[in-house]
Amino acid sequence: MSDASQIAVNGFMPAPAVAAAPAATAADTVARPAATPVKILARDVNVFYGEKHALKHVDLDVRRNEVTALIGPSGCGKSTFLRCMNRMNDVIDSCRVTGSITLDGTDVYDPSLDVVQLRARVGMVFQKPNPFPKSIYENVAYGPRIHGIARSKAELDEIVRRSLTRAGLLKEVHDRLDQPGTGLSGGQQQRLCIARAIAVNPEVILMDEPCSALDPIATARIEELIDELRENFTIVIVTHSMQQAARVSQRTAFFHLGDLVEVGDTEQIFTNPSDSRTQGYITGRFG
Amino acid sequence: MSVYLLIILVGLPLIGFLFARRRAAVMLGSGAALHSLPDFHGAYVAAWTGIPSIILVLLWVALQGPLLDQAIFASLPDEFRAAVENRSLVLAEIHSVADGRLFGQPAPEVQAAAARLQAWRSIADWSMVAVAAAAALAGLVVTRSRLAPAFRARHRVEDVLSALMVVCSIIAVLTTLGILLSLVFESIRFFAKVPWYEFLFGLNWEPQIAIRSDQVAGLGSFGAVPVFLGTLVIAVIAMLVATPIGLLSAIYLTEYASPRFRAVAKPSLEVLAGIPTVVYGFFAVLTVSPALRVAGAWVGIDMAPNSALAAGAVMGLMIIPFISSLSDDALAAVPQALRDGSAALGATKSETITKVLLPAALPGIMGGMLLAISRAIGETMIVVMAAGLIAKMTLNPLDSVTTVTVQIVTLLIGDTEFDSPKTLAAFGLGLVLFVITLGLNVLALRIVQKYRERYD
Amino acid sequence: MTDTSPHIAAATFDWNAPETRRRFAARHSADRRLQIYGLSAILLAVLLIAVLIGSLVASGYQSFVQTHVTFEVYVDPAKVDAGDPAKGNFRLVVRESFAAMFPDVTNPRDQRSLFDIMTADAPYIVRDLVVADPSLIGRRIPVTMPVSDAFDQLQKGVTPRDVPETQRKVNDKQIAWFDALATRGQITVPFNDELFFAADSRFPELAGLAGAIVGSFYALLVCFVISFPVGIAAAIYLEEFARKGRWSDILEVNINNLAAVPSVVFGLLGLAVFIGFFGLPRSTPLVGGMVLSLMTLPTIIIATRAALKAVPPSIREAALGVGASKHQVVLHHVLPLAMPGILTGTIIGMAQALGETAPLLLIGMNAFITSPPGGILESATALPTQIFIWADSPERGFVSRTSAAILVLIGFLIVMNLVAVVLRKRFERRW
Repeated sequence: MSDASQIAVNGFMPAPAVAAAPAATAADTVARPAATPVKILARDVNVFYGEKHALKHVDLDVRRNEVTALIGPSGCGKSTFLRCMNRMNDVIDSCRVTGSITLDGTDVYDPSLDVVQLRARVGMVFQKPNPFPKSIYENVAYGPRIHGIARSKAELDEIVRRSLTRAGLLKEVHDRLDQPGTGLSGGQQQRLCIARAIAVNPEVILMDEPCSALDPIATARIEELIDELRENFTIVIVTHSMQQAARVSQRTAFFHLGDLVEVGDTEQIFTNPSDSRTQGYITGRFG
Repeated sequence: MSVYLLIILVGLPLIGFLFARRRAAVMLGSGAALHSLPDFHGAYVAAWTGIPSIILVLLWVALQGPLLDQAIFASLPDEFRAAVENRSLVLAEIHSVADGRLFGQPAPEVQAAAARLQAWRSIADWSMVAVAAAAALAGLVVTRSRLAPAFRARHRVEDVLSALMVVCSIIAVLTTLGILLSLVFESIRFFAKVPWYEFLFGLNWEPQIAIRSDQVAGLGSFGAVPVFLGTLVIAVIAMLVATPIGLLSAIYLTEYASPRFRAVAKPSLEVLAGIPTVVYGFFAVLTVSPALRVAGAWVGIDMAPNSALAAGAVMGLMIIPFISSLSDDALAAVPQALRDGSAALGATKSETITKVLLPAALPGIMGGMLLAISRAIGETMIVVMAAGLIAKMTLNPLDSVTTVTVQIVTLLIGDTEFDSPKTLAAFGLGLVLFVITLGLNVLALRIVQKYRERYD
Repeated sequence: MTDTSPHIAAATFDWNAPETRRRFAARHSADRRLQIYGLSAILLAVLLIAVLIGSLVASGYQSFVQTHVTFEVYVDPAKVDAGDPAKGNFRLVVRESFAAMFPDVTNPRDQRSLFDIMTADAPYIVRDLVVADPSLIGRRIPVTMPVSDAFDQLQKGVTPRDVPETQRKVNDKQIAWFDALATRGQITVPFNDELFFAADSRFPELAGLAGAIVGSFYALLVCFVISFPVGIAAAIYLEEFARKGRWSDILEVNINNLAAVPSVVFGLLGLAVFIGFFGLPRSTPLVGGMVLSLMTLPTIIIATRAALKAVPPSIREAALGVGASKHQVVLHHVLPLAMPGILTGTIIGMAQALGETAPLLLIGMNAFITSPPGGILESATALPTQIFIWADSPERGFVSRTSAAILVLIGFLIVMNLVAVVLRKRFERRW
């Protein structure tokens, strides 16, 4: 990965050393049932906003315990695809999705599937940090509370502390958990949102340009976090920064004007892309 | 006389305008470089001819009444004047006689005074015409001498316009001042007759007292606590009706309704705000009160025909749009990002609403509720028609109670002479009402403003 | 490196346990319940509006027609002097002619209850006819006049015929005579012109809204003449000329507060200052209009400011660029563009003023007058105060008339609001 990042980054400072990512293969984690390496399977996914055909015939495998990056120029459909995976597109009236997306073999768009449960299993972090106007504690406790995960107050406390620890935030806020979440800095707010998302222990975390509203130091912190989280979660991240994709992901998918142009190991995409469009994008000829 | 006035106030300025404009046009025609267009020269002269005289006339008309009244009263023979118990009553009688309306046999002093009043009025009116004419002519002459090519007529005219605009703006402040002064003034006179602590803390409200000395005197106590309590009871009932309906409607319209439904339903709710309150009052008397009594009888409860429940329920109906509209705005202002965040965690819509949106929108909703309470307290016609007239210290909604606004109206309809404690009590109540509603409104505004800072 | 393993509770949480499934089901039904409550609330409010309008229509529709009786009146020259027709004994004239239709009614008490069928104003109706045309003296003329309220209610089916005689206002004999007139075709129920063209009266069958409508019109006229220019001038000053500072803040706060003051307080102001201090006459549309204008001023100012704000700055800049002064920019360019919005706000303000009752009651615009006022300085009544007065009257006929008057008032309001909406739609510009 360091080779790929050096080439793609073009003279930028190389990202701080992170543990080299093994090629993505199945690995058992704590309390996960042994299963195939593919967590989410997307086949022939099309998305229409009214008449506009926003996403065309997308086939993608998201492997477990890997970070998969979706890159491409603005408006190419990567966020749209991301939001299909936890059915956040349902909120938009004019949106229509065809094709199949399965999570561990279950069709996500099956009418009998409880969307509420799906979203507990597939969490999301948004571009602009959106902590609730509640205390830090309440923000993280929100998810476990509504799903009834904690059986006692003590358990809830533990879940909150653990989540904040996992998000790398506890040290900074441990003494002011009852302060409003909105009073934190941008980077801290985003980590709070990550803590909030992982508090319900999802299997997949979707991240929609999580660092685009943050400064470089906060960004670096979160990229570190993503790499740590990879051990227990499957992560799909949309990013407009190729350097970031090169730094954090193991597999990369390049979208362009609604098409999935190319998908492969990150190293390969950035050093030796097969499609000319990919080549054009990563060398900065457009986008 | 009004014809003369019209000529002076309208005709003279018009003449001035035409004349000055002509003059300016002549100057222009003979090659002079005018700063402003002839129209402005004309307008300048017209303004200074007309406006001072109009203001003079308005002031004169406004002050002529009170001043003449003073003079006429002072002109009455000393012994007669000393024996007068009620100044405004005597003055009213003199006015009636002077206008040609005779009731019974007025005293000779009164008749003489009436004749004097007629004469003086005539003199005053003609003096006003003369003064107005003088002012207008003076303005005409002075401004005419200013006309010259270099004269910046347009600037002067615009200055006059600006001054007029400022005066108009000040009228809002003047109105508030007027309200405050008149309420405070009359209340002070009231508190001279009835001590303020008896008024604010007394428990006995029976304002029926003798007006003339030959009437059988009722004792007349002015302890307003039962009236305040009645106002509170009805306002609380109204809020109990309006808050659930208003809040739930707002929730449905912002979170669950389709845009088409919202486009039809929202204006429909606004209709409630447009119905005149006298209509609500009649509705309460015609339909709601009898219906509630029938319902009560069915269950075995005996209800008064003008129960607080009937009046409060209809008032609640009226203030629904206050709560629903302001809560709607408050909920809609919560950023979509919060809804997305909650949904992405696997919350149902109702959980998002109750645990995230309502707490976030709470200040705006509270502001709306405070405004609604303020409206309920100040509402008059519904309670005048549907609530009772007798003050009662009770919290029972099935009883008949009276409110501050009802008392203000009943104390003032009919005979109004300004000195009896009965009519002055109405101003005392009015002052309390004004202060409380103002306080609620200011509080509501402050809460809503604080909330607006949270999402920058 | 931090321990990123999940908490044991979260990790062992079984999403498929029956307990969890029950919880999900409960949460979904809570969601559905909230939705149903919300929809019910809206439907309830709409239903109550429908009940309001429905009960008013049900109570009032009958007042739009009025029962009349037509019969032949012999203007006996022995009772009416051709030289001074107005002083004739029309009471006897009318009674004799009416009795002539029922020759078998001879008992004086019976005759008096027979005459109850006619409106109490019957003599004056005939008198007015004869005074207008004295050639009618000595002739037999057909006269159509309203019947009294009790029989109007009878004809409209409001007074039940099947209850014992003592429980009704009309006894059996009267009903028989009335029915006789009906079978002879002398009873008609035409549209109630009087409702709109007659002024108030003690008798419901003769009472109309003409006085109230004219009074309201004059009051609104005064209100408009005062508040329209003053409101616009104040708004222009605040929006275009005033420098942002303490003074303009004070003005703004004042205007917003005035908009929320209870209407009854404005009535107190009018009573104390306009009537008490300045000595203006009570019960006149002048004072009523002045009080209403103070209440409408904030509405017009706020609407005008919004309309002025909506005009884009580029218009102002363009006008300044060709050398117009600030005043000229506002008066020649901005104001005309903002006018539709201003007019809409004004019409809505007028509609609100039309419905105001409390302040008009306090300044006395609830006078009992029997002819419409001739000007703004005459005693008058207004539509909402008339409704209030009628609502207090015990006669049955007034209940129905009150509802009819309310429907007329609401009719005016609907028309005014529609005009405002149409105006807004037609002239609204999207910048």
